[in-house]
Amino acid sequence: MESCQFLICGRGSNGQPLITARRVGESLYPPKDFRAWANRPTWPTPRHGELPCKGAGDLCRHKSPSPDKSAGPNRAICQGLASGAGLGRQRHTAALDTAGCPADRTRDLQGRNTVELLSGADMIARFLQDEGIEYIYGYPGGAALHIYDALFRQDKVKHILVRHEQAATHAADGYARASGKPGCVLVTSGPGATNAVTGIATAYMDSIPMVVLCGQVASHLIGEDAFQETDIVGVTRPIVKHSFSIRHPSEIPEVLKKAFYLAATGRPGPVVVDIPKDMTAPTERYEYIYPKKVKMRSYNPVTRGHTGQIKKAVEMILKAKRPVFYTGGGVVTGKASEGLTDLVKQLGYPITTTLMGIGAYPQSDRQCLGWLGMHGSYESNMAMHHADLIVAIGARFDDRVTNSTSKFCPTAKIIHVDVDPSSISKTVRADVPIVGPASSVINEMISLVQGHKIAHPEALTEWWEKIDGWRADREGKLYEPSKVDEALKPQEVIEALCRVTRGEAYVTTDVGQHQMFAAQYYKFDKPNRLITSGGLGTMGFGFPAAMGIKQNYPDDDVVCVTGEGSFQMMMQELSTCKQYGVGVKIVNLNNASLGMVRQWQDLNYKSRHAHSYMESLPDFHMLIEAYGFTAITVNTLDELEPALERAFADKHELVFLDVKVDPHEHVYPMQVPLGAMRDMLLSKTERT
Amino acid sequence: MRHIISILLENEPGALSRVVGLFSQRNFNIETLNVAPTEDPSLSRLTVTTIGDDRVIEQITKHLNKLIDVVKLVDLTEGNHIERELMLVKVKALGAARDEVKRTVDIFRAQIVDVTPSLYTVQITGDAGKLDAFLQAMAPVGILEVARTGVSGIARGDKVLSL
Repeated sequence: MESCQFLICGRGSNGQPLITARRVGESLYPPKDFRAWANRPTWPTPRHGELPCKGAGDLCRHKSPSPDKSAGPNRAICQGLASGAGLGRQRHTAALDTAGCPADRTRDLQGRNTVELLSGADMIARFLQDEGIEYIYGYPGGAALHIYDALFRQDKVKHILVRHEQAATHAADGYARASGKPGCVLVTSGPGATNAVTGIATAYMDSIPMVVLCGQVASHLIGEDAFQETDIVGVTRPIVKHSFSIRHPSEIPEVLKKAFYLAATGRPGPVVVDIPKDMTAPTERYEYIYPKKVKMRSYNPVTRGHTGQIKKAVEMILKAKRPVFYTGGGVVTGKASEGLTDLVKQLGYPITTTLMGIGAYPQSDRQCLGWLGMHGSYESNMAMHHADLIVAIGARFDDRVTNSTSKFCPTAKIIHVDVDPSSISKTVRADVPIVGPASSVINEMISLVQGHKIAHPEALTEWWEKIDGWRADREGKLYEPSKVDEALKPQEVIEALCRVTRGEAYVTTDVGQHQMFAAQYYKFDKPNRLITSGGLGTMGFGFPAAMGIKQNYPDDDVVCVTGEGSFQMMMQELSTCKQYGVGVKIVNLNNASLGMVRQWQDLNYKSRHAHSYMESLPDFHMLIEAYGFTAITVNTLDELEPALERAFADKHELVFLDVKVDPHEHVYPMQVPLGAMRDMLLSKTERT
Repeated sequence: MRHIISILLENEPGALSRVVGLFSQRNFNIETLNVAPTEDPSLSRLTVTTIGDDRVIEQITKHLNKLIDVVKLVDLTEGNHIERELMLVKVKALGAARDEVKRTVDIFRAQIVDVTPSLYTVQITGDAGKLDAFLQAMAPVGILEVARTGVSGIARGDKVLSL
């Protein structure tokens, strides 16, 4: 028999802390090598009597083992075999125990195993295994406890205990963005679920595949304002791709399959599954079959674009005189960046990406003009404004890109490729709409372009001369480097970061000036490398997202570029990093103020800095050390690079760089509100 | 312009709230809304009338189609169609007005379905314009209560909205 010690974690149904058992000798604290920890040997399923029940409340209601020794203590007594009709709905009541019984099977007359019998909670754990989910991020609580118990009794799906549910969604989101696979979150009802809302909205706005499993009060209590009850399906309705409520435990495998299918296909997005506590009760078991496929009559995402439209588009592309490719996050999530790079290189056309599309085309290539929009590069905004053809792929003409839509690209025809028809002609009318996934449309375009020459090569040369002219105009004038004894410029920090990490790190950001600087001055040559909350603009996103990425890519450099405002929104996750030994690097561009808010106040409110400065900042150095991590404070330029080298020396060590930067710096270029693409402020004194 | 959009919707809990929520969330109008199960118990038919220019209507239909619970939809106003609405009205029917109400009811081919000494309950079907005209005609007599179902509609000819 093994002894246990107790660890307080979670919310109890009566508000008291819950106690879950943990084996003695299993160190919670930082495993030096996370991968080894993650692949640690199986924790044996607790058997009867192994877990002392004292103080564990209803977690541990062990009873004496079954007298039927051959069947083992975990056998349920099952009557009635599944017989065609009502398959899976057959209810099997566990006669003996309520915990520690992961599986049973129905048996045919010869006593052979047929279909597996599982409780709702075990079905969820089992489904996640079968679906290949490696990590699930979450926080336990009353309504989710059956599920937590099921997760405890297996070791394939690793649960990461965050310190706030919002961080769970951001971590799963970060993982999904970096890997292209759906992230998975498990939270309890009420506050657990509502805390996750910001993260769900973040994923929704950026079309990130994610499945959020929410505990819910037992079905008979729904609508009675029960303890920790929230109508989370109602609350999240406008910010999910779809949501489900489980109404019978036997539905669980199919509903979960649908949830993952919906989240990851078509235009991806978050899916919420609301699971009342009685659906996961350990006493009732149903047949579990992993559904390999799922079909929904009302959901058939397009798999290819309309050939006629694509032909028409390619004709226009070949005939264009001043073309620009404008591509977005859809190319990244649609895994189409290789095709895009091929197509654009073949044509020799300029390309600009949105913030979400950064890296889909290598930024170090001459044809890449950088990213466009409010703080996009001068040459990309100028090129867009003067273009005669815009080829938009997987982008949605967001207001941060177009500026005033009435003045948007007055001379351009627009080809718009998007997997979501409702994105086409939503804000800007498309001349050639193509509904289809970026990858297949691009591949079809490549095959149509091959063997054809562009109609006006001389016009293209002229167009490039113009673009190179715009480039040269701003060369060396992007910002003023700091002088001796002056505060560091945030741009310098990002450029140094890019050098030290050779442009290969996963860079997550929070939201504000530092986000724009990271996107402007780090050069991304690969997709999925800039992980940022583009649509919702969620402060606090970067750090937990970095955590989610680092756990899945332990051998890569993962750095969170943040500011002291954003970091304080999610800094409790330092504790999670400590628990799981997550070696992310944090670069805190500390200007002691909410930089972007301050910039707007400088520009529009005569520098009245209403609540945009941060009084009483913590001593980040001491704060980080309190968690047992390394912190380095950087005040001057010559300290910067050595500090970065030191930070990235060990891939598995969390290091926090507190870089004191110039609070007066602004992000430029900046489009003039209500203007055209080309109307920009270029510095504090220049404008177009 | 006014459009009538008919939708086949999964007969699931919460499906209706997704449709209605979409309209408020995206700042679209709902003029009338009518929903009931069809001959296939797994499907409901929902008919919504809305007002907007072509761009708005295009967005409405695209966003509706995007909802997972929406199986199929048609903008009936794109072709010939029949639209009907049912209305129950309680009107004052006292003294000389009692005969006048009866005559107007006949003119509109409506029916009196309930009677008390002081009022008639009238049932009338037709398109929205006819119902509005009836209410206008009844206004001087005194309308006590109105219950309208909202527009329901179906395409003329061979076109069928089904799976």
